Amino acid sequence: MKQHIEGSQAVAHAVALCRPEVMACYPISPQTHIVETLSRKVKAGEVGNCQFLNVESEFGALSVLIGASAMGARTYTATTSQGLLFMAEAVYNAAGLGLPIVMTIANRAVGAPINIWNDHSDSMSMRDAGWLQLFAEDNQEAVDLHIQAFRLAEELSCPVMVCMDGYILTHAYEVVDLPTQEQVDAYLPVFEPVQVLDPQDPVSIGAMVGPEAFAEVRYLAHNKHLRALEEIPRLSQAFQDIFQRSSGGLLKTYHTDEAETILLALGSVNGTIKDAVDDLREEGWPVGSIALRAYRPFPSHALRHVVKGAKRIIVIEKDLAVGKGGIVSSDVKMALQGVPIIVDTVIAGLGGRSIPKASVIDTVKQACLEGLEEPHFLDLNWDAINRELTRQQAQRRSGPTPENILREIGAPGASPI
Amino acid sequence: MEQKPFAITLNPASSLANHTGTWRTMRPIYVDHLPPCNQGCPAGENIQGWLYEAEEGKYEQAWRKIMEDNPFPAIHGRVCYHPCETTCNRGQLDEPVSIHAVERFLGDYAIEQGWQVEAGVATGKRVLVVGAGPSGLSAAYHLARLGHAVTIIEAGPKPGGMMRFGIPQYRLPRNVLDAEIARIVAMGVSIHLNQKVDNLETTIKEGGFEAVFLAIGAHLSKRVDIPGRDAGRMIDALGFLKGMDGQTVPKIGRRVVVYGGGDTAIDAARTAKRLGAEETILIYRRDRGHMPAHDFEVEEALEEGVLTRWLHTIRQVDNTTLTVEEMTLDEQGRPQPTGRIETLEADTVILAVGQEVDTGFLENVPGLDISSDGVIQVDASMMTGRAGVFAGGDMVPAERTVTVATGHGKKAARHIDAYLRGSEYRKPSPNTVATYDRLNTWYYTDADKSRQPYLDLARRRASFEEVVGGLDKDTALLEARRCLSCGNCFECDTCYGVCPDNAIIKLGPGQRYEVNYDYCKGCGVCAEECPCGAIDMVKEVR
Amino acid sequence: MSYQRVKFYQTGTFTVGNRLLDESNRTVQAGMDRTNSLNSGHRACQGCGEALGARYALDAVMRATHQQMVAVNATGCLEVFSSPYPESAWQIPWMHSLFGNAPAVASGVAAALRAKGKTDIRVIAQGGDGATVDIGFGCLSGMFERNDDVLYVCYDNEAYMNTGVQRSGSTPPRAWTNTTQAVGKDPGNPMGIGKNLPRIAMAHGIPYVATASVADLHDLEAKVTKAMSIRGARYIHIHVPCPLGWKSDPAHTIKVARLAVESGLFPLFEAEGGEVTDRTPIRKKVLVEQYLELQGRFKHLLHPRDEGALEAIQAMADANIHRYQLLPLKA
Repeated sequence: MKQHIEGSQAVAHAVALCRPEVMACYPISPQTHIVETLSRKVKAGEVGNCQFLNVESEFGALSVLIGASAMGARTYTATTSQGLLFMAEAVYNAAGLGLPIVMTIANRAVGAPINIWNDHSDSMSMRDAGWLQLFAEDNQEAVDLHIQAFRLAEELSCPVMVCMDGYILTHAYEVVDLPTQEQVDAYLPVFEPVQVLDPQDPVSIGAMVGPEAFAEVRYLAHNKHLRALEEIPRLSQAFQDIFQRSSGGLLKTYHTDEAETILLALGSVNGTIKDAVDDLREEGWPVGSIALRAYRPFPSHALRHVVKGAKRIIVIEKDLAVGKGGIVSSDVKMALQGVPIIVDTVIAGLGGRSIPKASVIDTVKQACLEGLEEPHFLDLNWDAINRELTRQQAQRRSGPTPENILREIGAPGASPI
Repeated sequence: MEQKPFAITLNPASSLANHTGTWRTMRPIYVDHLPPCNQGCPAGENIQGWLYEAEEGKYEQAWRKIMEDNPFPAIHGRVCYHPCETTCNRGQLDEPVSIHAVERFLGDYAIEQGWQVEAGVATGKRVLVVGAGPSGLSAAYHLARLGHAVTIIEAGPKPGGMMRFGIPQYRLPRNVLDAEIARIVAMGVSIHLNQKVDNLETTIKEGGFEAVFLAIGAHLSKRVDIPGRDAGRMIDALGFLKGMDGQTVPKIGRRVVVYGGGDTAIDAARTAKRLGAEETILIYRRDRGHMPAHDFEVEEALEEGVLTRWLHTIRQVDNTTLTVEEMTLDEQGRPQPTGRIETLEADTVILAVGQEVDTGFLENVPGLDISSDGVIQVDASMMTGRAGVFAGGDMVPAERTVTVATGHGKKAARHIDAYLRGSEYRKPSPNTVATYDRLNTWYYTDADKSRQPYLDLARRRASFEEVVGGLDKDTALLEARRCLSCGNCFECDTCYGVCPDNAIIKLGPGQRYEVNYDYCKGCGVCAEECPCGAIDMVKEVR
Repeated sequence: MSYQRVKFYQTGTFTVGNRLLDESNRTVQAGMDRTNSLNSGHRACQGCGEALGARYALDAVMRATHQQMVAVNATGCLEVFSSPYPESAWQIPWMHSLFGNAPAVASGVAAALRAKGKTDIRVIAQGGDGATVDIGFGCLSGMFERNDDVLYVCYDNEAYMNTGVQRSGSTPPRAWTNTTQAVGKDPGNPMGIGKNLPRIAMAHGIPYVATASVADLHDLEAKVTKAMSIRGARYIHIHVPCPLGWKSDPAHTIKVARLAVESGLFPLFEAEGGEVTDRTPIRKKVLVEQYLELQGRFKHLLHPRDEGALEAIQAMADANIHRYQLLPLKA
């Protein structure tokens, strides 16, 4: 049933149809609309006997789910940014214990300076925690990925983050084809955990493991992700069989077949990129794009397959490995080792900075004609940066950088009173 | 298990593969120590053992356990001066367990229930016992249990010896005495009363006895040299007390003086009081603290109105006038004359200054070593210098109490039995004593001693009714439960509970515990916490 | 306390077992069929109070719940010594997640059971004092505040022992630890700081709060049993000596715990709905010095004598005795 609906509400609707049994949430922008909606649905009795716990922190939220999942319950939470970092220890723990928890990340920048707008710094910080990370391009896909995430998590005994851009998707009203309960039930079987806390079978879960077996445990986690590389396309296909639409998978290509230059990105910016590709192709530039759906596991093989023949790949990423540059581009370079191809890194959209189509087009042209510095920062205000650097050189106690920058660029409310 | 996540999920109790016992440098071992009550008992009773049974209300088992060592629980529960209670560790905690009161209850209950002990399988051996006092009866009882045929020859008209003729019935009712003696007779022991052994060797030969136990006691009252002694007014205490069991009650005057400081003196004074003496004065050379008599008996006598004159001696008796001299104690506690003289009036003077043994009938027995006061020397097996002739009780060197005499009877019986079998009885060497410092008394509930009822004073002064009453069934049970079980496991489960490593195996009721040395780390908590000190920590030797 | 007190010695009001009592009135630990939730072969130090406390508490829960229990464990000594791969000493369904989240994990287990309608299975969370009063305090407070159906048991050995004896919010005043060394002015842990978690738990108004000690098994089991008769958030704080961190003789573990109780330094009480409802009276009062002198961590207070500190600690004990009426007036 197609409906004009806010992304958060659509996701909440989909999650509710997945028949979660325990949810524990702590509010943080821009995740709030999801958990508010779920809270209402649970209280209204629309989610069976599901338990919704209002907890004291994100750390508590995920910890509650760790317990509930170990007890064999289907579990869900959502968070973002600072919240994700505050639960970091539990994030690693949930994966280490192999608990199939599904968590929405309403992607948001990580402070300081505190910033509530979208980029991918938060989920990138947890990229090695052992969770699968799926990125939604639009709200339809966000809805669909949540349904796939539960099945994926439970088949692999591995937690899954479904990443959707904060505000850009969570607060956007779009037409979404909302699934029915029958469809979801047909796709998502009842959760059968591989292990559970059971008085009839009293195992000890969460042993301390020393050097003699730790590496093997880590390899097995890695192996689980390798299996996910096969499961993700399979379950995407299974999804299509029931829901009659293509959704998910490891990556999605756009005009890559004859492309010499390929843009690659995660999440909603792919909409802008596809528009840019259309414009560039109209001008005769042989370009295409790839939207990565699965960032963890990283689909190296699939990527190599789709870029063969291209000369250049431009990774546009909403994150920054401070002191190094691109995070996603590093993965891409690793994946394309030995392939004769240039990999450019474009750092864009940090802290909610918009990524205009024109800037993307200009950058592609610049890359193809002149090449790009590594990494390339999109639309950086060099004047403000240079003045601040000068100030810092002149005066050791030059004041807090964020305020100085705001003052430089004349943001409202930033001038001294 | 293979489906479970590798390494992070483990099977229950898989730690049993880890034998932490290898960490141990000290190992706990269960031990049994000698409880001080048992050590203190002259009759060799396993007091702790029978209290253990009594605690569960297993009265017959408890009684039978006493009977293994002592045929007179009802008597001892009354007349024994219970050294066991003096040594009882509970005395250092609050008050000793009233062992005698529980024993008396068991003895009385056994009489009431008519419980009997069977004689042993007949050996065909004949043993002569001379004297039917506590020592002779005890020996006869134990010999009968061992299957020997026992004949007792007793000079007096009734069996019991000093139990009958020395202890007033307000302390030991005669029906109790008779019942416990009857039980021995019922085992087949024959007692010939009013018969004197004039010539022991002849009696042995004629009776075909293979062994003899001499236990005639010390019935001759000692004499003191008091000038002007008037035979009519002066009587000896033993004769006086004996007379109480005879046909005619001894005649005494209105004012009675008892001279002496032992238990017999006290008994005489209290008996005189009951016979109607208006004034009974106890005269003793030293002070109360130096009296050989047991203090509680002195106390009871004072309660009943017996007057005392400590630190005095009788110098002279003239008709009804007594001349007495005040004494003083020197540094050794011996009485010394002061020269201060006074006079008292008395119609009767009872002398209670000790007893001697009448050994006339032993004159022709070869090899006997008899000292001037008639005491016969015996070796460690209670045998005299004449092979096959043993002796015990008041006629051998020892404290003269019913309990010591009863103990002699048992000891002699064991040696006689061995002698008859041509072997030697070896007493198992006792365990070291369970001292108070071994106990962890925190685990014991505070529990006051049970009080035995006392006859009211008016009746005590006027009648021979028993002064001290017995405990009822419930109170006896509670009193038994005050026992701390010093030095011997009583299966309280504390070691089993407090082991942080589950390394104590509980074997089940009556089976106690075992240490599981596979896992015991040797921390010592079990030994430290054991309430009764039944666990020792010893160095681990591998 | 509501358990049967029998007034003579072998009958063990205080010994673990008692052959004179009916089986049903004996302690769980006296039973040949006790669960041994924490079994042999664990790697706790000799004389470990926490190993003992955990078995006491969990076995009692097992009896109270007819073996329908799952336990969540915080990181710490108890977790490490009980479950190093490849051997676990637990004989119960048991889970360890993190240092600071045991209460939340337990809340999750309870929520799952509620969602599945399996409310006959009961949930225990347990941890040391570090996990409880410090790092896990936020989650614990949340669990209390939501009144989740969890019994949280804190085994208080008064410092971070697993990491090698560092100070926690439960370390007593003037005690040595490796981060409160016995040097300088006023050596040891400063006076007047730290947390009283049972009181904080009471302030949440949860249905049941109690303190217990490994020195008084009957009291401990009665409290655990009572806790299991109640639904909602419950908290039991058990004093468990640590021979390693307290520098005490391993054999003295229970003795030291007993002296803590008998001196008044560790009061045993119960509270319901935020109000103290009962306390376990001191049986034989001792001075705090008798408690302190068995422990090397207080050596600097006695050699040489630090009268000021001793008086201050005695005053703490006296204040407890007064506050909880630990010494009833004799009739």
